[in-house]
Amino acid sequence: MTTVTTNRDAEAGMRLNFRAIAAIYRFEMARTWRTPSQSIVSPVLSTALYFVVFGGAIGSRMQSIDGVPYGAFIVPGLIMMSLLTQSIANASFAIYFPKFTGTIYELLSAPVAWWEAVIGYVGAAASKSMLLGLIILLTATFFVPLRIEHPAMMLLFLVLTATTFSLFGFIIGIWADGFEKLQVIPLLIVTPLAFLGGSFYSIAMLPPFWQKVTLFNPVVYLISGFRWSFYGIADVSLGVSLGMTLFFLVLCIGIVGWIFRTGYRLKN
Amino acid sequence: MAAMLMSSTSPIISVSGLSKTYATGFSALKSVDLEIRRGEIFALLGPNGAGKTTLISIICGLVKPSTGTVLADGYDIIRDYRAARATIGLVPQELTTDAFETVWSTVSFSRGLFGKPKDPAFIERILKELSLWDKKDTQIRRLSGGMKRRVLIAKALAHEPRILFLDEPTAGVDVELRQDMWQMVRRLKESGVTIILTTHYIEEAEEMADRIGVISKGEIILVEEKAELMRKLGKKQLSLQLQQPIEAVPATLAAFNLSLSPAGDELVYTYDTQAERTGITTLLQGLAEAGIRFRDLSTSQSSLEDIFVSLVRERA
Repeated sequence: MTTVTTNRDAEAGMRLNFRAIAAIYRFEMARTWRTPSQSIVSPVLSTALYFVVFGGAIGSRMQSIDGVPYGAFIVPGLIMMSLLTQSIANASFAIYFPKFTGTIYELLSAPVAWWEAVIGYVGAAASKSMLLGLIILLTATFFVPLRIEHPAMMLLFLVLTATTFSLFGFIIGIWADGFEKLQVIPLLIVTPLAFLGGSFYSIAMLPPFWQKVTLFNPVVYLISGFRWSFYGIADVSLGVSLGMTLFFLVLCIGIVGWIFRTGYRLKN
Repeated sequence: MAAMLMSSTSPIISVSGLSKTYATGFSALKSVDLEIRRGEIFALLGPNGAGKTTLISIICGLVKPSTGTVLADGYDIIRDYRAARATIGLVPQELTTDAFETVWSTVSFSRGLFGKPKDPAFIERILKELSLWDKKDTQIRRLSGGMKRRVLIAKALAHEPRILFLDEPTAGVDVELRQDMWQMVRRLKESGVTIILTTHYIEEAEEMADRIGVISKGEIILVEEKAELMRKLGKKQLSLQLQQPIEAVPATLAAFNLSLSPAGDELVYTYDTQAERTGITTLLQGLAEAGIRFRDLSTSQSSLEDIFVSLVRERA
């Protein structure tokens, strides 16, 4: 038995709506440039304060870790922290706001596949947070001595993490049905995980029991891998870091796919 | 290929067996069948909560149907959703806009979203036709409600749709804009666009539509040419309370559309207000000649609501 299905979308010349992806991406990026103080200056400033305090002011009184001065040690972790929080904030707001105002009707009525919309929104959110990460990195060079041993791996971790957490933010934005829900996961889960994920210390410094517990914190793998790309030192092996990062990416893609196949919270 | 299969007389929208039951158990549409003709203006009338918006939302892709199929210009709205949606423009009922966007960027965005290449000249033409050109660089939040409505229309037209849905286009719109909008709808029709509008104002349907569909409690209870429906809506009744009951309508008055109540004390005359002569004067003279005296009289016109109710009863 063979079933013949004719895809008349293809006949009508609508296989991929690249213009829609570009339109969503540009729309989202334009939103950033409209409010530069909120989307760029404020996150960069708040992270730069850590460099000033820990790098400049008290960093000199702290022990260096694995031969890396403390002020430089915390830079990868701090970049990761803003990457996580900004990716989530950007993407969750990007999809939540149209739901809240009702303008999502246009996206739902457009000849756009769910994954095209995801590429547009998540791509823009990830681009913004990567840009932010690079600005923070540049800012850090003014305060602390930096070296990047594996620039290609650093960029790979930057891209993977920004994409994964933008996807995660997108999921939160779809799940949230109020501004409070939009904030609750970033504030109550992601920020603590980022602080306890080794941004400010090597997990080798923890008592053995807490070292084991910490391994359940996904952020540990991101920070460890990212820091390795700077200084060649890591809490967990590079392969495990990369593997976990990819695992989270695939998990988020899977959840987003499920959301759109079922129309969960977007369509009645 | 596809285009060859469709003759110009085939319906541009074909809805069959369409039902929608929401998660709450509310049945918003009950096996709706409807065909919209190519190039017509179709008004979907119905009281609030009748299912107008649900029907439009399913055709446009905002709501998933429970059962049934919809073809838009021959394309299945689920299987060939891209091709189907590319032919449709939707102006929603609510004024939902991106407050901080400019008019120009939001309309250009819509064109891109629907996969059309950039065409600034075309966007300029739409904005000029809708008297939005001098506002093109204004943020939408600075516009009045009527202007926002125009922006939504411009967005819906930005991808050159062949079918345009206007969901309650004149709700909360001032008289001037209403006239503008009606003119614009006529121009669109002349350019070959099929227009489906929902309204609960009978006057609007009367002014605009070629055909009218009436929806009530999730069912299409009537689809008719406007002229025909207007004739039905134009019916009026004159009730005469008689001083003395009579046994039958006198033969001299047989020409009139009269009915006698069972008790014989009330005569009801049904007439057409659209007719040149209503016949009231002749009827009253005839009654006087027959010696029938009445103590009171009243007239009533069937409202849209009455017609809905009677149509639903007829079907039950």
